[in-house]
Amino acid sequence: MLGSVMLKVQQINKCFGAVHAVNNVSFAVAEPQMIGIIGRSGAGKSTLLRMLNRLTEATSGNVSYEGKNVLALRGSDRRSWQRNCAMIFQQFNLVPRLDVLTNVMLGRLNDQKLISSLLKIFSADERLAALTALDRLGISEIALQRVETLSGGQQQRVAIARALVQNPQIILADEPIASLDPLNAKVVMESLRDIHDRDGLTVICNLHTLDTARQFCDRVIGMRDGKIVFDGASSDLTRAEARNIYGADEDFEEAMTSTSIETVSNDLTPAPGIA
Amino acid sequence: MPVATPAHLARIETELHRQSRLRTIYSALGIGVLIVFMVFGFNSADEANAGSFSDGITRLFDFPAEIIRLSFEAGWSWFGLLWHYFPFLLETIHMAMLATFIGFVGAVVISLLASSNLITNKLFVSTMRRLMDFMRAFPELVLAMVLLFLMGKSAVPALIAVAFHTIGALGKLFSEANENADMRPVEGLKATGAGWLQQIRFGIIPQVLPNYLSYGLLRLEINVRASTILGFVGAGGIGEQLTANIQWTYGADVTAIFVLLISTIIALDYISRWVRGRLIGTGSMVGA
Repeated sequence: MLGSVMLKVQQINKCFGAVHAVNNVSFAVAEPQMIGIIGRSGAGKSTLLRMLNRLTEATSGNVSYEGKNVLALRGSDRRSWQRNCAMIFQQFNLVPRLDVLTNVMLGRLNDQKLISSLLKIFSADERLAALTALDRLGISEIALQRVETLSGGQQQRVAIARALVQNPQIILADEPIASLDPLNAKVVMESLRDIHDRDGLTVICNLHTLDTARQFCDRVIGMRDGKIVFDGASSDLTRAEARNIYGADEDFEEAMTSTSIETVSNDLTPAPGIA
Repeated sequence: MPVATPAHLARIETELHRQSRLRTIYSALGIGVLIVFMVFGFNSADEANAGSFSDGITRLFDFPAEIIRLSFEAGWSWFGLLWHYFPFLLETIHMAMLATFIGFVGAVVISLLASSNLITNKLFVSTMRRLMDFMRAFPELVLAMVLLFLMGKSAVPALIAVAFHTIGALGKLFSEANENADMRPVEGLKATGAGWLQQIRFGIIPQVLPNYLSYGLLRLEINVRASTILGFVGAGGIGEQLTANIQWTYGADVTAIFVLLISTIIALDYISRWVRGRLIGTGSMVGA
């Protein structure tokens, strides 16, 4: 698909009553990229991702993927788009009372026959796919534990494994590390980056920390009050631009948005590689 | 000298006072209405009573004394009566179990349709709720008497009556459990492209199943009692035996039946507590 545009978002809008949550947002993705969307809470980042997955209906606008009009899909076409476009949530959104392996296999629900899926009958292939995904994320040994007994970092990796067994073309991650401690946040971001690097998937990731976006993403989209105010390579994101995205004043420090270990140690001894 | 409260905080303060005053008025009104109902209720009960309250109270104690005396007269043969009435008890329990099972299944279906977090069409949800209200409002006894009249004396009309009432009663409790469920798992499944039934099956059911079962077991207990009472109006089982024996003042038989019934209720209480403990404790069965 090189050269032609894969994913194209055109003037998409979402209004909740009088609140214009997403305001005329347009961007295009020509080839698989790792994209970070940054901005303050309430900038419209989550709403944008939810509209792409069709969890939330757009008020107006257009989204096309490989020429297909995503927002017009109905019924099973819409569900198969959702399977293609996996979503990861801040609160993981797993089924707490089921074991890890089952949770991961639930990523295949869309491909299954209704009756056998309701009876929780999974094939050997599906079990293998789920175990492989868990193994890749380094958590296959907890496959039979119940999800509610896991730590946040483990749960988020289970969620990523579920996304992987969907065999998606895009992974949307809505604040995947906002509920995690810095170490787990790093593991999760590295997993997402690895999925992009090795499987060639487009990963679009909502983040509220600038340094994470810089460290893991090739491209950064900055949103403020529902509008895109920056779209470019993460290396082009100057301090002035960052200040504009966060609506901050002169004494804005990038570290103020940070939760990562690297930046904390950065304050003491400036390390190379991180702006 | 107190510090002056800023205007915008003062406004919140006034609003708070207004709201708490309103709440006090509502509570007072509620308590007043309750008292009025209680006074009127007692009066009308007293008027409806044939004979005076004091006459009734002595007769209330005469009957138990009489049946206990008769039971001791029966001697060892009393234990034989337990065995004699056991099949009738089983009949009643069977009826209650079947009615509870049918009611349980119906209640699961209707409760999912009556949960506003699972169905977006508000009109449909409220129609389903009214339907459940209707089913619950119908007393088993009234429905059973009508059906017994139409269908003849057997356990089937009673079964239908109890199941009908159970759908309404359990459906209401189940739909509350559904509406309190965490919606994040459902959202997660929806985002994978799972259909509505699949979202319910894996997002909602594992969360609410322990509640369903616990309410269902409680309902079984209630339905054993209800089925006994329906025996009085001709639905068979141990209730029919009980009413006949009371009328003939066969004291030993009456106490034998009471002992069977009370043991059943106690046993059910223990079983339901044990099952619920296992379901919530280990939990591995819950995902089934």
